[in-house]
Amino acid sequence: MSLLDVNDLSVYFHTRDGVIKAVENVSFSVDQGETLAIVGESGSGKSVACYSLLGLIPMPPGKIESGTAMFENDDLLKASTDKLRAVRGDDICMVFQDPMTCLNPYMTIGKQLIEPLVYKRCYTKEKAKERVIELLQEVGIRNPASNFDAWPHEFSGGMRQRAMIAMALISEPKLLIADEPTTALDVTIQKQILELVVNLQKRRNIGVIFISHDLAVVRSLADQVVVMESGQIVERGTTEALFNAPQHPYTQKLLAAIPSGAKNVESRAEEKTLVEVTGLTTSFYDRSTHQPFKAVDSASFALKKGEILGLVGESGSGKSTLGRSILNLVQSESGSVKYRGQEISGLSAKQMRPYRKHMQMIFQDPYSSLNPRMTIFDTLAEPLKLQGLKSRTEIIDAVFEIMDDVGLKRSYVRKYPHEFSGGQRQRIAIGRAVATKPEFIVADEPVSALDVTIQKQILDLLLELVEKHDLSMLFISHDLAVVRAVCDRVLVMNAGRILEEGETEALWASPKDAYTKTLLSASHVLV
Amino acid sequence: MSQSLTLEKYEKGTSLWTDAWVRLKKNHLAITGLVFLIVLALLCLFAPLLTPYGYEEQNIALGASGPSLQHWLGTDTFGRDLLSRILYGGRVSLAVGLVATAVSLIIGVTYGAIAGYVGGRVDAVMMRFVDIVYALPFMIFVVLLMVVFGRNLILLFLAIGAVEWLTMARIVRGQVQTLRQQEFVEAAIAMGLSNWTIIRKHLIPNSLGPVIVYTTLTIPSVMLFEAFLSFLGLGIQPPQSSWGVLISYGVETMEEYPWLLIFPGLLLSITLFALNFLGDGLRDALDVRSSKD
Repeated sequence: MSLLDVNDLSVYFHTRDGVIKAVENVSFSVDQGETLAIVGESGSGKSVACYSLLGLIPMPPGKIESGTAMFENDDLLKASTDKLRAVRGDDICMVFQDPMTCLNPYMTIGKQLIEPLVYKRCYTKEKAKERVIELLQEVGIRNPASNFDAWPHEFSGGMRQRAMIAMALISEPKLLIADEPTTALDVTIQKQILELVVNLQKRRNIGVIFISHDLAVVRSLADQVVVMESGQIVERGTTEALFNAPQHPYTQKLLAAIPSGAKNVESRAEEKTLVEVTGLTTSFYDRSTHQPFKAVDSASFALKKGEILGLVGESGSGKSTLGRSILNLVQSESGSVKYRGQEISGLSAKQMRPYRKHMQMIFQDPYSSLNPRMTIFDTLAEPLKLQGLKSRTEIIDAVFEIMDDVGLKRSYVRKYPHEFSGGQRQRIAIGRAVATKPEFIVADEPVSALDVTIQKQILDLLLELVEKHDLSMLFISHDLAVVRAVCDRVLVMNAGRILEEGETEALWASPKDAYTKTLLSASHVLV
Repeated sequence: MSQSLTLEKYEKGTSLWTDAWVRLKKNHLAITGLVFLIVLALLCLFAPLLTPYGYEEQNIALGASGPSLQHWLGTDTFGRDLLSRILYGGRVSLAVGLVATAVSLIIGVTYGAIAGYVGGRVDAVMMRFVDIVYALPFMIFVVLLMVVFGRNLILLFLAIGAVEWLTMARIVRGQVQTLRQQEFVEAAIAMGLSNWTIIRKHLIPNSLGPVIVYTTLTIPSVMLFEAFLSFLGLGIQPPQSSWGVLISYGVETMEEYPWLLIFPGLLLSITLFALNFLGDGLRDALDVRSSKD
């Protein structure tokens, strides 16, 4: 018999706007010592399916319509609140996506970990502390004895996630549910955490349910995979079988969308340099100590006309700040930025204005990059008016042209951003950026917030626009596979400095800098 | 060519405002409040056409009389019809509420938006000024204004407005500060829009939700304030009436002619209730967190 056996689970949300069938007739099971991955895009119901087992979805509006979930001869779906609480604390534990919001910032790590032992298991404080230090050691936190008294904010993202895993393991659960545990982490850290999960599972022989949208990650650790699409399971199988011979068209589409391999469009780079950055330094000042912190440290590079230049780095490496400094959205401290040979660094907002229409930016989060109170028409008309288009028919004409360009139906013209999906919103944002007919675009993680199938569409769109409008682009991303598929040349950045620069394929083949090597090997393992 | 290039043939989207209105319509209490306020405002506005008696028309012979068929809400000691006086008084009270709030809205929203958008030292100086004015006992401030410039209606509007804008400025500043972090504002800067356009088109429309809610809650407090000032003898002077004047007069004669206090007091209370219900309903309707996303 399986450790957890979910049968015919349906969960609906009864909202103001009608019934949303979040999960419909879903069945899956996990054995001891087995890893089951639930894969799907956002909104596919993969998290709801697991959360509802533990009574963690808001009810109402959520409601479990049917199904059973047998765990050790008990049906979790019919269990009382008290029973569920006991199960949650002892037998099934969860690791969440964002380790920062799951730790209490006002308690030291050690105190938070001791709590369940002292209150639920009646350990003495000394004994509990000993046990916790052992656990911290097991999840790979260095100097567990001294880190016992550390505060959550003193931990890095990866260390916090380790602490969360230690917390989940403290009651020696039989089943661990990990909901996108590495999505918020950098690729090198991601690799370490995944290895940790795999090792712990083997050592303790527990069952793991791994919820993820990232197929590469899933492939590296799951035994069984179920693929969910809009609330239903469309395919299931062993990892081998599913990845090698996907049956359902949706699975095939998912797999095909994973960016892999080299760029298949020829470089359009010309000889002429469009943007030249020399010794650019941007500092932020610490609020309390007023100590400067160099987010970008004397960065120098040149971007040729027509080129797509990748800027790769982990979070906090200063890559976004560099992009914003070039556009003068953040004030730089020293160094120069030349656009077509003209110095633009240090220009005032007013002096900068004539250059603005030539250099645009595409942002990461399509949910915050559009004004929620403006229709698509208003959003796209704004830059056009700024360019001096006056008559209404001219503007309407131009707006439609942009909408055609970025693949939005003309009938959407009077709709508002909240009526669109993430991918469509990103199309609108891209449309706004190309509306001024710029020469140079800084794209800051333009596809990171999107699902993998949408990601591919947007990348294709960007490549198409680059060609059509003869654009040059600085493409900022943490995702190496994406960068490889799009960029002609790549800059690698860490801790504010540009470490390495080279043609994409050459760099992939023989990275010189040690950091680049780690970065590349971390992402290779996954694919 | 222009035929094909009109937008009207395309389906209109639901703006966040339409969305909020749909939600507000489902809130019966708020809609009742809204309808009540509209009816009341119309009655007050058209008072001269509706009432058979003028607000200062005396009938000394009649004197104070209780509610009757001729005088639905009775008369005061001078034989003046109370209903007429309440409706005429309502014009002043509602006007004070609306105009003073509008004054506070204009000053507060502009001031707060500029402070929040510019930030840094400008923000610090602007907000310290707000703190200083906050610290002044505003009663004394208004009384002083009244004493120095004499009592008149316009000044009353301005004086109350000049006090009420402070909270508004703080609310808007906070809103704008959060909005400023949003990428659409950065996109507007990158586009090369002028600061003023960014404030006007991107920041203010998005910070209006809490402002509208606070406005509906400011109106009653302003009306109360006017009533209070008139009660003290600093606001509207007889024979002109406002609800505050009527209540103040009613208190003096409370023991002999209770209806002179009960009716104006009741109407003021109901109006304040209605405004609060509406404000509450608006808050629920405009709350983005409870909306679809």
